Amino acid sequence: MLSIKDLPKEKYVLPGHSACPGCPESLGLRFVGMALGKDVILVIPAGCSSIIQGVMPSSSLSMRVLNVPFASAAAVAAGISNIRGLLDIKVIPVVWAGDGATADIGFASLSGAAERNDDLIYVCVDNEAYMNTGIQRSSLTPYGAWTTTSVTGKKEGKKELPLIMLIHKVPYIATASIAYPIDFISKLRKAASIKGFKYIHLHAPCPVGWRFDPSKTVEVARLAIEVGAWILFEAEEGRVRINPPSTIYVDKSKRRDVREYLDIQGRFKGLDGREIDVIKKLIDDNWNVLLKLT
Amino acid sequence: MTIKVLTGNYAVAEAVKLSGVNLITAYPITPQTPIVEKLSEYVDLGLIKASFVRVESEFSALAVAYGASICGARSFTATSSHGLLYMHEMLWWVAGSRVPLVMAVVTRAIGPPWNIWDEHTDLLDQRDTGWLISFAEDNQEVLDTIIQLYRITEDPRVYLPGILGLDGFLLSHTSEPVDIPDEHIIKSFLKPRSQPYTLCGDELITMGNLPRARDAMFMRYDIHLSMERAKRVIKEVDLEYSKLVGRSYGGLVECYRCENSKYLLVGMGAWVGNMKDVCDELRDEGYSVGVLKVRFFRPFPYEEVVGHLSGIRGALVFDRSISLGSLGHLHLEILARASSIGKHTIIKGLIAGLAGVDVGVKEIKESTIKFINEIEELGYVKDSSEWLL
Ligand code: SF4
Repeated sequence: MLSIKDLPKEKYVLPGHSACPGCPESLGLRFVGMALGKDVILVIPAGCSSIIQGVMPSSSLSMRVLNVPFASAAAVAAGISNIRGLLDIKVIPVVWAGDGATADIGFASLSGAAERNDDLIYVCVDNEAYMNTGIQRSSLTPYGAWTTTSVTGKKEGKKELPLIMLIHKVPYIATASIAYPIDFISKLRKAASIKGFKYIHLHAPCPVGWRFDPSKTVEVARLAIEVGAWILFEAEEGRVRINPPSTIYVDKSKRRDVREYLDIQGRFKGLDGREIDVIKKLIDDNWNVLLKLT
Repeated sequence: MTIKVLTGNYAVAEAVKLSGVNLITAYPITPQTPIVEKLSEYVDLGLIKASFVRVESEFSALAVAYGASICGARSFTATSSHGLLYMHEMLWWVAGSRVPLVMAVVTRAIGPPWNIWDEHTDLLDQRDTGWLISFAEDNQEVLDTIIQLYRITEDPRVYLPGILGLDGFLLSHTSEPVDIPDEHIIKSFLKPRSQPYTLCGDELITMGNLPRARDAMFMRYDIHLSMERAKRVIKEVDLEYSKLVGRSYGGLVECYRCENSKYLLVGMGAWVGNMKDVCDELRDEGYSVGVLKVRFFRPFPYEEVVGHLSGIRGALVFDRSISLGSLGHLHLEILARASSIGKHTIIKGLIAGLAGVDVGVKEIKESTIKFINEIEELGYVKDSSEWLL
């Protein structure tokens, strides 16, 4: 197993970047650098990570970066991956896209690249809303969450994107969390060793949009797993396996009360009992579906 | 060289085959589809050593071509009408990144109502994107211009993407004898791929993060300057091509019997062939008429147009496109330089052939005679812009 001592000391996200304090995306980008090093070319559609890079001619990311239009990331990365053999190119295309760019506007190009099994890694860094434009709901915003376009709480559930990608029958899909860097880094490295389309869905609590203190980013991410609202799992060639620490929470009695997770965030303020029951049921349903697949 | 009878679409495919492309990607749309089919077949048969990516949309087609090109691949895609509009955002991104890339656009009307027939508005709607835009008159020019465009777009003075427009059905599905140059000649003509930077090398480059406003404006200005420089490159490349292959198109414009003409017909694309026929007939009937074919719409050849239109009595500009609420695109461009052309030249715009309405020798001839007679009798034209409905 990978340990923290094995990780490179290089800085891939440089000090002075333009992310908000407590930003999960800058954390996640650091892990991508640690996992794959200088071989990466990040393909980044519009989102917070477009800003985090800072103002040209400088960049806060010590990696190759190709910024691209909102809906195009998977296709651009596919273009790179498809000429790698012919032009003897060594770089690994890694899409780094938010939930809106992945599940909403870029979904067609994502699905297309997955169906063609283009040889690339797609990371959806999921902060569960359009944060860069000021917290608007996306299809990955969870039920009940306040956003500026769901001021009375979102009425619909979160699109089950990891499962949708699983059903694309790509060689590798995984979920990850910024609270578990070793797990995320191992999954990125595994993805890099597999040929074909790889999808990793990274849960990324955002203090600005979720309304919690910037010092609590990792805590919130961990709580999401401990209440069972986010499940770490991976699927190689369609074989689904729950990953630690989520393995503990297969047993429902081990899960913490969902209210602990909801109460720490301002976006769930004022939910009534019925709404909390809906959230509990959605969590149980997710587990049931996933366990049936294992 | 070999003479083959080819449709415009297959002439595109032959040109791409000769151009040493590394990646081809496209999405089917009428009337462009035979290009994709033929190229897919060529790649499968090993006749083109390229990667062929069968994408799920036109937007992704250009995105895939972009990704490949920015890492050093000579790439190609093709589309029409709604497909081109769906790509629109990517067009800006490709040009703004200064990535050389070549695309064929088989021109077609935009719906609703659904309409597969020819119109130029789809392509001219892209005029502001920073792509070079050219139109072919016949299938030979289709083949030759695709090849020329690879050379032009990869010239360090240009480094911008380019489009060849060919009229839907009129060229795309009409067979004509096409002379196919020898592979080794084209190989020496095109040289290895050249581009300003590649993102897949050893250097850690970032492309496209936030700029300071002045830097971004300067980048726009630089595209503008490159467009200006492209005019010279287009002429040089056409000349060099003619030395190797024996065919020249005059660079930016072609002047057909227009020296010492009192009147000029001005147009782009396939119907220029009809205009030339009309010109011959009218010359036989004693009219002093010539044809000015505008081959490149971007960069727009102001110098040439002003030069040819100054001092003549009248220019009748044919547009198979319309900027709704205003005029035809070519007419607008020419009017933008009306003061340089001078008051003596009466310029009239004719909107014709939209939505695939047939316009042939008969219609062009009648309009021309009416235009000339009006000027000769009245000294002016009653309508400076007219729809040929
Ligand atoms: S809004 Fe959230 S995700 Fe975006 S930069 Fe700020 S903390 Fe990071």
